[in-house]
Amino acid sequence: MSPLSSTGETQALASDHLREGIIDRLRSEIGDALVDSHLVPGRDVWVRVRTDAWRTAGIALRDRLGMDYFCFLSAIDWMPSPFGKGEDDPTAEPAERDDTIRQGYTGGETRFQLLARVVSSSQHIGVNIKADVPDSMVMESWLPVYAGANWHEREAWEMFGISFAGHPDLRNMYLPTDFEGHPMRKDFPLLARIVKPWPGIADVEPMPGGGDDEEGGE
Amino acid sequence: MTALLASIPYWGQSLLRALGGAVAVLLPAGTIVYVFLFKLMSFMQSRLGPMEAGPFGSLQLFAEVGKWLQKEDLYPNRADRFLFKAAPLVVLLSTFMLVVAVPFGPDAIFSNFENGVLYVLAVSSISVIGILMAGWASANKYSLLGGLRAAGQLIAYELPMVLAVVGVVIQAETMNLQTIVVKQNSGSIFGWDGIGNPYILTQLVGFLVFMIAVQAELTQAPFDMPIAESELVAGYMTEYSGFRFLIFFIAEFATAGVFSLIASTMFLGGWGLPWSWFGWETLDEVHNSMNVIGPVIMVTKMMLVAFLIMWARFSYPRFREDQLQKFAWKFLIPVALLNIAVTSILKVAI
Amino acid sequence: MTMTDERRQLSYIAAQAADARVNVELETEGMTLNIGPQHPATHGTLRIIARLDGEQVVWAEPSAGYMHRGYEKLTEVRTFPQVTALINRIDWLGSFANEVPFILAAEQLMEIEAPPRAQHIRTILFELSRIANVGLFLGDLGVQLGAITPVFLAFRDREYVLNLIEAATGGRFHPNFDRIGGLKDDLPKGWVEDTKAAMHKLRNFCDEMEDLLFGNEIFQSRTRGIGIIPKEVALQYGLSGANLRASGVDWDLRRDQTLPMAWNKADWKVWTHPDGDCFARCWVRLQEVRESTKIVDQLCDSIPSGPVMAKVPRIIKVPEGEAWVSTENPLGEMGYYVVSKGDLGPFRVKIRSASFNNISITPWLLKGVLVPDIITILASLYFILGDIDR
Repeated sequence: MSPLSSTGETQALASDHLREGIIDRLRSEIGDALVDSHLVPGRDVWVRVRTDAWRTAGIALRDRLGMDYFCFLSAIDWMPSPFGKGEDDPTAEPAERDDTIRQGYTGGETRFQLLARVVSSSQHIGVNIKADVPDSMVMESWLPVYAGANWHEREAWEMFGISFAGHPDLRNMYLPTDFEGHPMRKDFPLLARIVKPWPGIADVEPMPGGGDDEEGGE
Repeated sequence: MTALLASIPYWGQSLLRALGGAVAVLLPAGTIVYVFLFKLMSFMQSRLGPMEAGPFGSLQLFAEVGKWLQKEDLYPNRADRFLFKAAPLVVLLSTFMLVVAVPFGPDAIFSNFENGVLYVLAVSSISVIGILMAGWASANKYSLLGGLRAAGQLIAYELPMVLAVVGVVIQAETMNLQTIVVKQNSGSIFGWDGIGNPYILTQLVGFLVFMIAVQAELTQAPFDMPIAESELVAGYMTEYSGFRFLIFFIAEFATAGVFSLIASTMFLGGWGLPWSWFGWETLDEVHNSMNVIGPVIMVTKMMLVAFLIMWARFSYPRFREDQLQKFAWKFLIPVALLNIAVTSILKVAI
Repeated sequence: MTMTDERRQLSYIAAQAADARVNVELETEGMTLNIGPQHPATHGTLRIIARLDGEQVVWAEPSAGYMHRGYEKLTEVRTFPQVTALINRIDWLGSFANEVPFILAAEQLMEIEAPPRAQHIRTILFELSRIANVGLFLGDLGVQLGAITPVFLAFRDREYVLNLIEAATGGRFHPNFDRIGGLKDDLPKGWVEDTKAAMHKLRNFCDEMEDLLFGNEIFQSRTRGIGIIPKEVALQYGLSGANLRASGVDWDLRRDQTLPMAWNKADWKVWTHPDGDCFARCWVRLQEVRESTKIVDQLCDSIPSGPVMAKVPRIIKVPEGEAWVSTENPLGEMGYYVVSKGDLGPFRVKIRSASFNNISITPWLLKGVLVPDIITILASLYFILGDIDR
C-alpha cells in the first residue's frame, strides 16, 4: 500500500488518534458492552457491541460522540452458502462444502450480525458498528436513535428475518406482503441459478457454418 | 354581397352560414396547431418537429386526425355513459357559439348581435360545464381532480376577462362587435387618424389582463393545472381516446383561435384597415371587397395574438392552484377595476 | 298549537333529519390517490400512496420495490470483475460513478492502487457522469413544474457528454470501464480536446438553464419555501449529496475523504445553501454542474502519463477482509461494504445507495403539502428508481 504522499502518511497517523479516540470514548460510555474493536489505521474503525446494548450504543454514538449522520443499517449472514455459486450440476451429487461459520472483523458468535454505520458530519469520521443477533432474531430498534433507520430496519426484516422491537411498522420494503422466506439468507437459493446453473464459463455460440473455435474463459 | 345573399333561399343561407362557421372554427384551429404547436414549439426547443407527412410536415394534421379517428372508442366501466359522451361536444359547442358573434367583414358576420360582447363572455362559460362533466363522468380520481381544478380556475378568471373588456365597451360606447370594429378603424388618436384608433394603445392594461385571462380560460400553461401533465397525466381528458379526445383537442385550439379572433376584434381593429387610408367614412362606404379581404386580415391578426398565447405556453412553468387563484383575485381583478376607473374618468374628461 | 303550527314544526324536523342524512352520506374521509407506479412524474416505477383531503396531503407513503432486482444477492454468485457490469445499472444515468466505490473497496482489500493516470481518468469520467446525471435533472425539473422547453435543451446538451463517454468507454449509459487495478483502456486520441470543447458548451447550458428556469418568477414561487428540510432531520435520515448541502451542511466526500482519486488535484468549491427548500436543492445542483465542468477542465489539462492498469493477476482473488468505500455520487453518497473471504467473488456486498435514504424522508416531509407540491418535492429530491430499489 503506497500512500499518496507524505502528508497522506501523517494524515493516516492523525486519523489513527481520532479513531482510537472514538474507541476509547465509546468504551468509556458503554463500558464492557463494547466487546471488540478493529482498527485499520487511516481507513476505518469497526466496533462490536453486546446484543442488549445495541440501542444504548447508538444513543451514545449519536449524543456523546457526535455521530449525527446515519449512513446505513443492514445485516450479514456469515454462513457460507450451501449452494456455492449456483454452478452445481443438478444431476451430480451435491458438492461437499465447508459450512463453518467464520465471522469477519471484530469476531462474533452468531450466524447473523447487524451492521450499521454512522458518521460524524463535522469530523468526517465514521464508525462501523456490529452486534450479534440472538437466535430469537429480535433486536432493539434504532428508530428512536436515528429516524432514518425506519426503512433500513424494514429492509433487514424483509431480507434476513430480523425483527426489531419498537419498530411501529415492520413490513416488507420491496417484496409483496405475502412473500415467503427471507431472500438474503444464505440458505435461500438464488432461484435463477437453481433453474439453470451457471456453467461457470462464458457461453459462446459457435459461429454459423461450422466453427470449432469455441473459446472458454472469462 | 347582401344582394347576392338575398337571392339564395333561406335554407341555402343557413347552410352557407353553417359551413362558414365550421371553416371559421376549424381553420384557425388547424393553422394554430400546425404553425405554433408543431413547428414553433419545435424550433423553440431546438428540434425540427414533424417533417415526414407532407412537405415540412404540413399534412401532419391530417395524419393526426386520421390517427385519432381510427383509435378504439373506450370508456371506463363505471363512467356515467351519457355525461362521458356529451362532455366533449359541450366544450366544442361553446366554440361554435363564440364564433357566431365575430365580425369578419362589413357584411360577413354570422349574426350581428347588439350585445355582442355580453353574448361572447356569457357563452364562453359553457366550456366550463363541459370540463366539469368530463372530470366527473370519467370515474377516475385524476380526472376528478383535474375537473375540480378547472372549475375553480375557469370561474375565477371569468371576472378579469369581463372587467378587461368593460374598458373597451366604455371607450366604444357600445357592445356591438361590428360597431367596435368600425369605431376602431374610423377613429383617431388625438386627431391623428393615421392608424385609426386600435384600442390596444389606449387599453393596453385591459389587453394584457384580457390575454392573461384568456390564457387561463384556455387552460394553457402557465395556467394548465387542470391538465397538469406531470401530475394528473391529462387531467379531465385522461380517460378519453379516439374521436372524443380529438374533439377535446380541436376544441382546445379552436377556442384559442376564436379567443384570438375576439381579442383582435376588440383590441386590434378587427377585420379592417384604418379607413383613413381609403377615405371611407361610414360602414356603408366600405368596399365590398373587404368582405373577402376582411377574413384574411382577421386570420393574420389572429395568428399574431395566438403567437403570444402559444409563446407563453412553451416558456413558463405552471402555477400552483392556490397561487393561480391568488393571482386572479388579488392582482388581476384590482388591476382591471383600476383600468375601468381610469377609462371612465378619461372618457368623461376627454 | 294549531294544526298548521304542528305541521310546520314536523316539516321543519323532517327537513333537518333529511339534511343530516345527506351530510352523513356525503361524509368523505379523504381520497386515497395512487401516484404511480405508472406516472409521468415519478422517475420510474415509484408508487406513492397519498391520502388526500381536498388537495392537501394527510399522509403519503412511498411504496418502493417495483424495480427490485436483488443486486445484493446477485453479487454473491459473481466474481469481482463480473460485479462491475452489474452495479453499473444501479444509477443508470451516471453509471460510471457506480463502479468506482466498489472497485476502490476491492483495491483496498487487495492493497493495490491504480496508477496515477488511471486515477486521473477515473475522476474525469466520474465528473462527466455527474454532469450527465444532473444535467438531466435540470431539464426534468422544468417538466415536473410544467415548463416543457428546458428538457429538450437538457437532452441536447447531455448528448455531448454521452458522446464523450461513449468515445472513451464504448458505452453511452453503461460504460463498464473500471477494472480492479485501473481502467480497461486508455483514452482515444483527441478526447481531451473534445472534452474541453464540450465543457464550454455545458457551461453555456448552465447559464441558459439559470436564465430560463431559475430566474422565472413562477418557478421561484413554486419552489421557494416548499419542502423545507432542517439540518438535523436531514442528517438523521441520512440524506446526502446536494440535498444535504442545500440544508446548510458543509459535506462533500470528494473533499473530506482521502481516496486514490484526483479530486484534490483540481481547485474547486463546495456549494451550500442555508434554506433547505426545493429551490435550494435545485440551485445547489446547478452550481455543482458548473463546478464539475471546471474540475474536468482542470483535470484534462494535467493528465499524467503512464500505464492505465496496475499489475494485477489475471484471476483476481481478493484477500479476506471487509472494506467500506463511499464516494460523492451524482445522487448523493453511494457506498459499498464489501466482505470478502478470499474467494473469486465477494461474500457479501451491502450497497448503500443514496436515493434510498433520500426518499425515506418523504413520509415525514409530505405531511400537509398540496398535491402539486408532492411533485415539486420529489423532483427536487431527485432519485433514480434503480438507486432506491437496487
